[in-house]
Amino acid sequence: MDAEPASLFWGEKTEEVRMENRPQFGSRIGFIMAAAGSAIGLGNIWRFPAVAYENGGGAMFIPYLVALMTAGIPLLIMEIAIGHKHRASPPVAFGRMRRGFVPLGWWHVIVTFFITMYYSTVIAWALSYVWFSLNLGWGDKPEAFFHGYLQLADAPGQIGGLVPGVVIPLAIVWLGVLIVVHRGVKKGIERAAKIMMPMLCVLFAVLVVRALTLEGAAEGLNAFFKPNWDMIRDSKVWVAAYTQIFFSLSLAHAIMICYGSYLDRKEDVAGNAFIVGFANSGFELLAGIGVFAALGFMAVQQGVGVHDVVSGGTGLAFVAFPQIINQLPALNELFGVLFFMSLVLAGVTSMIGQVESIVQGLQEKFRITRGMAVLFGGGLTMLASLLFATRDGRHLVNVVDYFVNSYGVTLIGLAEVIAVAWIAKRLRELQDHINAVSGIRIGAWWRTCLGIITPFVLGYMAIDSIRANLVETYGGYDAWFVGVFGWGAAAAALAISVIFAAIPDRKPEIRTAESAEVSS
Amino acid sequence: MESGAIAMMVIVMVIIWRGLAASIAVALVKGRRKKI
Repeated sequence: MDAEPASLFWGEKTEEVRMENRPQFGSRIGFIMAAAGSAIGLGNIWRFPAVAYENGGGAMFIPYLVALMTAGIPLLIMEIAIGHKHRASPPVAFGRMRRGFVPLGWWHVIVTFFITMYYSTVIAWALSYVWFSLNLGWGDKPEAFFHGYLQLADAPGQIGGLVPGVVIPLAIVWLGVLIVVHRGVKKGIERAAKIMMPMLCVLFAVLVVRALTLEGAAEGLNAFFKPNWDMIRDSKVWVAAYTQIFFSLSLAHAIMICYGSYLDRKEDVAGNAFIVGFANSGFELLAGIGVFAALGFMAVQQGVGVHDVVSGGTGLAFVAFPQIINQLPALNELFGVLFFMSLVLAGVTSMIGQVESIVQGLQEKFRITRGMAVLFGGGLTMLASLLFATRDGRHLVNVVDYFVNSYGVTLIGLAEVIAVAWIAKRLRELQDHINAVSGIRIGAWWRTCLGIITPFVLGYMAIDSIRANLVETYGGYDAWFVGVFGWGAAAAALAISVIFAAIPDRKPEIRTAESAEVSS
Repeated sequence: MESGAIAMMVIVMVIIWRGLAASIAVALVKGRRKKI
């Protein structure tokens, strides 16, 4: 990355030209749709309802809203602002703050690469279930998902070959996403978001209305919203709320920095972040209502309490929901298509952001065309995702997801706020940049949240995860399996980031703050 | 549904949806000012 003075000067000039000519969203609504599409993902539908229920029901919304206002939206503003100010991918944007921050930028991109590998596979599962919905082809046994569809290996670590039923939808998902990303920011990502996000909202709204009209819906909603005030004093509930907000908004994934860099120079940063943050929570709330209304119906049908049927994650989507759909009095197939198509749309809009972040990072690093970056970056991620389409896929998704999020995303979030707020001390500079273009002015609240509250909470979350994982092996898996695919994936993400940062850029790219001031 | 659950549902919905509506309103006003 270090360069001769003459080439550095040349690099700055060409970089100025490139910054002016870089792709950008054609409209504000395009950015909001794409960013909200990235934030609204599978976790909104299958993670949030169970997390809220298990952490005090209605009472959990207080820590949830506090977390949204003190960590979620402030971090979202910061990430969009970093991309908007530096108009570059995370490695280059962080490098412009300080040369030593380049590995931090790559850590964002590489962790996103790891997440995309398994995330694409889960979308493929949902796509298969859209197909199965047409004739309720998932059968009537709860274990059909694991042993019928996934052909799950008897024990973790037995890769056992590819599962054709997963590979085919996976190829379709990848083909669609790569075509969208290849078409570029305006014609591809923005256009796709403008079609898919309204479609997702309509499909999900219809699904929620149908769920609310089912027998037992009131019991489900009662379980979801009934506040258990005793739990609010438990620190675990607060950690769960901050964790949900942090993961739900796609923070520390490189996506918001990437999308922020494509935002028009004069476009509002803080206002857009507020819209995206509240839209994400609004959808999450809607998802909670729909899911619990359906779970209430399931409980009434089985003659048990709602607490006996509550589940989250893939168990909710691919085990509980097919059972619910089987038991519906009418239009079972339609309900199935609505639910699983919603999962596909929510997943694909997030995956597009993930792949674009990888493509943008490679393009700026190696100075290659979008087509080449899509071919190599997207192609490599697609090939790697095949590992999760094997008979061991479900175990691998569980372990990699947990460790990459706990020791990738959480630590990146912690590192980025410490780097920006404490080491580089750039919060005031970013604040001035944001206030110069934004309708909503930010000030001491924003700096306090990012400088004190967010690092404290993320640090606590990281320590809490480490302590839990040292006491007990995650998920009851064998230590070697967790070591190789869990700790190994998290460590590999960090190591690859450092290696990428050490590889010289194809042309001088990194512009320090000092040189930026000279050239502007 | 119990009254506590109904109250909580209404409060949370109002806060989140009003927050979204207010953010969009500010964006629209700012956008209109820009055009003027």
